[in-house]
Amino acid sequence: MLCCICKEKEATVHLTQIAGDKMQKVDLCEECAKTKGVNDPTGFSLADLLLGLGASQEIEQAGGVTGLKCPACGFTQADFKKAGRLGCPECYQTFAEPLEGLLKTMHKGTRHAGKVPESLRQNRDLCDRLLLLQKKLNKAIEQEDFEKAAVLRDEIKQTTSRGTTPTAR
Amino acid sequence: MELHVFLIPPAESARRKGPHDRIVMSSRVRLARNLKDAAFPGWAKKPERVRVLEMIRPTIEALPEMKGAFSGTMDGLSSLDKQILVERHLISREHAAKSAGSGLVLNREETLCFMINEEDHLRMQALRPGLQLRQAWATIDQADSTLEKTLNYAFSPELGYLTACPTNLGTGIRVSAMLHLPGLVLAEQINPIIQSVNKLGLAVRGLYGEGTEALGNVFQVSNQMTLGESEGAIVERLEKVLAQLIEHEENARGTLLEKKPKMVYNHIGRAYGILANAHSISSKETMNLLSLMRLGVDLGSFPGVDRSLVDELFMLTQPAHLQKQHSEKLSAEERDLLRADMVRERLRPVSRPVVPPAASPGAGLDKPAK
Repeated sequence: MLCCICKEKEATVHLTQIAGDKMQKVDLCEECAKTKGVNDPTGFSLADLLLGLGASQEIEQAGGVTGLKCPACGFTQADFKKAGRLGCPECYQTFAEPLEGLLKTMHKGTRHAGKVPESLRQNRDLCDRLLLLQKKLNKAIEQEDFEKAAVLRDEIKQTTSRGTTPTAR
Repeated sequence: MELHVFLIPPAESARRKGPHDRIVMSSRVRLARNLKDAAFPGWAKKPERVRVLEMIRPTIEALPEMKGAFSGTMDGLSSLDKQILVERHLISREHAAKSAGSGLVLNREETLCFMINEEDHLRMQALRPGLQLRQAWATIDQADSTLEKTLNYAFSPELGYLTACPTNLGTGIRVSAMLHLPGLVLAEQINPIIQSVNKLGLAVRGLYGEGTEALGNVFQVSNQMTLGESEGAIVERLEKVLAQLIEHEENARGTLLEKKPKMVYNHIGRAYGILANAHSISSKETMNLLSLMRLGVDLGSFPGVDRSLVDELFMLTQPAHLQKQHSEKLSAEERDLLRADMVRERLRPVSRPVVPPAASPGAGLDKPAK
């Protein structure tokens, strides 16, 4: 059977989809299946499948020759290619490079724009505050305003001790 | 408590009402979360999965909103119970296949459901009847904020919540609604609609999620992308698209009634005829015909009949629910006979469909405010 898109190569990907009382069959060669991607007019579940196909190839290309292995859980690039899933949270560091391109094609952006756990949110605020206080302190010392410097030093001490509580758990 | 005692009776469950439930059957928001310093369930060895389960399960049970909840391990549930949970859309088919090291916590109202060690350590979802995405998100957001005080989530400031599959990375959110779209299917407009929804970066799937067919003209619409967009923005995007889908479905119904009323009432009449008289019927045929009957109820063909009757049958005629009503193990053929018996019996008080007096074509259409 020939691919129903290019009508040249042998179709190796056969998909059937039923919507309402209508059945649709699509026979694609591997190349067309890949290029069709998400915009496949014939469907939805098909789209996921095709997205998955593209993803593993992308990973392979991006990974180059060296097989990476996660130091935390022992997951390898070959494992990812097989499963399409990662081994542990640490894997995102290990496979950061090959994942980058994949995330770009998969998502709206590559930077998280949503919810942040409360404890980290507080920490982030504390960090900003500490940085600011440190700057002020440096300036005070520079200007030999030691009275002010002492106040700032105490404030930094206080802020630091507050900051360790939420992260210590 | 045994699960089947715990679950809400289908009759009661089908009577739950929500905004726009004529077309939007239910709304759902799911979050994926994982613990720091533990391998994802698909890669973790059993002792590690058990450790994670034992850490997460008590934390969920302690949530105030989970008071009186059902809590169990997947190896403690029979395959029939698991199948029933799938048919009620409370757990995924993937989770039903899990055994030791995975668990489930479900609240009384069946509006909050936590799957432990599915694809991720924790998959939590809020469910609502009708179109209530915002409410569902608020509910699950609150539960998540309480859990994060105790559970040490795997989170990166750049990549957000770290998930087993990169497709869920970031917010880990899946916002979805289950839509009944018989008008668009009958008007043969469903394919271009699905196509344009896909172009907006949303997925359209069948009744049981990923890779399933659209039985009974029921479609699931959900977001695909989870990174680079906030939860609120995703919910809002879904809401906009759903409002349009509702309008398209209502327009398709209106146009069909105006241009091809015979075709519509022919479908409804035949559906009723078969359902009310068959002696053997498969679950697939039942669902497709019940969908047409549901349309008939919406269009006023069955005066005095509530949509909940159809929705209840939708649930009761599925294989596991049917099996649960009988003590002996049924074969598929036996199920088809008993299913037909039950549907015939339940439709006995329902009179043959009528063609409602030619109301103005737009009458009774449920159009969302824009």
